[in-house]
Amino acid sequence: MGLVAVVKHDCATCQTVAPVLLELARRTDLTVYCQDDPEFPAGLEVTDDTDLAVSWHHSIETVPTLIAVGSDGERERTVGWSIEQWRRITGLDDLAGDLDIPSQRPGCGSLSVDPDLIDELRVRHSGSTLRARRLDLAEMEDEFEYMHRVGWSDGLPLVPPTESRVLAMLEGTTRSPEELVAVVPPDLVDATVEKVAISAVMAGCRPEHLPWVLTAVEAACNDEFNMHGLLATTMPVGPVIICSGPGTRDIGMDPGVNALGQGNRASLSIGRALQLLVRNLGGGRPGGVDRATHGNPGKLSFCFAEHSGPFGSLASSRSDLDESVDAVTVFAGEGPRCIVDQLSREPESLATSLAENLRMMHHHKLAMAFDAVLVLGPEHLRVFTDAGWDRSRITEELMSRLQLPYDDIVRGAGGIAEGIPAGLGLETLPKFQPGGLMLAHAGGGAGLFSMLIAGWVNGDTGSKPVTRAVQY
Amino acid sequence: MTRESLLDPTAESTPSERVQLARPDSLDGLTVALLDISKPRGDVFLDRLSEHLERRGAAVRRYRKPTFSKPAPVDLRHEIADQCHVVIEALAD
Repeated sequence: MGLVAVVKHDCATCQTVAPVLLELARRTDLTVYCQDDPEFPAGLEVTDDTDLAVSWHHSIETVPTLIAVGSDGERERTVGWSIEQWRRITGLDDLAGDLDIPSQRPGCGSLSVDPDLIDELRVRHSGSTLRARRLDLAEMEDEFEYMHRVGWSDGLPLVPPTESRVLAMLEGTTRSPEELVAVVPPDLVDATVEKVAISAVMAGCRPEHLPWVLTAVEAACNDEFNMHGLLATTMPVGPVIICSGPGTRDIGMDPGVNALGQGNRASLSIGRALQLLVRNLGGGRPGGVDRATHGNPGKLSFCFAEHSGPFGSLASSRSDLDESVDAVTVFAGEGPRCIVDQLSREPESLATSLAENLRMMHHHKLAMAFDAVLVLGPEHLRVFTDAGWDRSRITEELMSRLQLPYDDIVRGAGGIAEGIPAGLGLETLPKFQPGGLMLAHAGGGAGLFSMLIAGWVNGDTGSKPVTRAVQY
Repeated sequence: MTRESLLDPTAESTPSERVQLARPDSLDGLTVALLDISKPRGDVFLDRLSEHLERRGAAVRRYRKPTFSKPAPVDLRHEIADQCHVVIEALAD
């Protein structure tokens, strides 16, 4: 058996145990690594670990660390100084018996976990695990302008995706960098965890946002959600990411004031990361496969968190996921618009009010082809819940008010060519297909408003919303 | 300390080197870089070229890369791109 000690000169405990190390060197097979001074401890043959390679690879978090090593590798270790532990590990019952030092003393932080050094160390020692092509910029070249010039940007500045930032981002997931996440349209390119992490860095994410980005990518890039079609359409739609579960608060999302607006890093960067991945890895760009007539500002990023509570989440209402599960629902939607009703205090009045507005979605003479997410503000929701209406009751009441008379919406009716084809022999047609009107709950505590997010073409020819549990 | 590389966010299906610009119709008012690749007597050729270009109204700037056996350093390429409109790289032997 051998012993390995990792120390640093700038540590009072390491200085305390220096004579113990001298004794161990005489009596055992000891190797000493020093992080900051190859001459310390004096009188010993010390191995220089000022590049911290040994400390990094052996996950040294505290100095001194004493490790017992056998033919099969590390057997056990102790950190700091404890005469009892050191005697047990070394098997020397009389170790330090002649020394006048305290019987125990906590250690100091290892330089290999120093916050100022750890990013650089991670690159030096883990960088080779990343497979993306490295692009070298000239010393004087402006990296922000470079990223615009090569077309990576959505129009706003990006965080430069350096190895150290990408490696730090990958700390946010337990998944390995080379794992396949999804095949990204329109070019159908394999997105590895690493490529998603690169997008997340550029978008401004923190590592704790990465699992949400990965889940959103998985939810959006499949035949069901049809990200390709969503990109290619002339309609002004993009992926809307609705986040549910307690983890939304942990990463700093806020379903309250200005929930759908600016200012929340988690929401905006998660939504942006998905769009940047589609742009850069998938190759989906405006004027290329993206043929939107107008687009909408939400195509930069549209992501928000729902309130938790008895009303339940959109995710749990359309999947078997429990409320306590962190989940992402992606919906092909356009920009939100406000429905104002500040006077309705009875649920019937508010339901009728909302339904009249929902009928206008896209065109008042079009039905069934488009889904919607209605984001109920807390004050609107309270009108319903105070009357004992739950999610399914609200949906039913709205749907019952959205049976459109066929004669009113047929092509040509009202002097408007747009509408439903003639000759279908119907009396009414619902505005939304079954399940096509989805309810979410977000917004600040004051304001009798709700928000309508109108959808793109639904069903097999368009996009179906997808809900996925967040994979950490 | 040299600056950190960036990791490519794209599908890496196109070369990372930038595409050449189209040749200009005229050199009038343009700045031309003459890049000496450090092969013997390349400078003689470039001296003559410089005279011709200046007669045609072009401004000329001279550059030299450290060795012909390796690509021009990224900083030198950036300097040329930054200061000139056109580059002529001289071969010799």
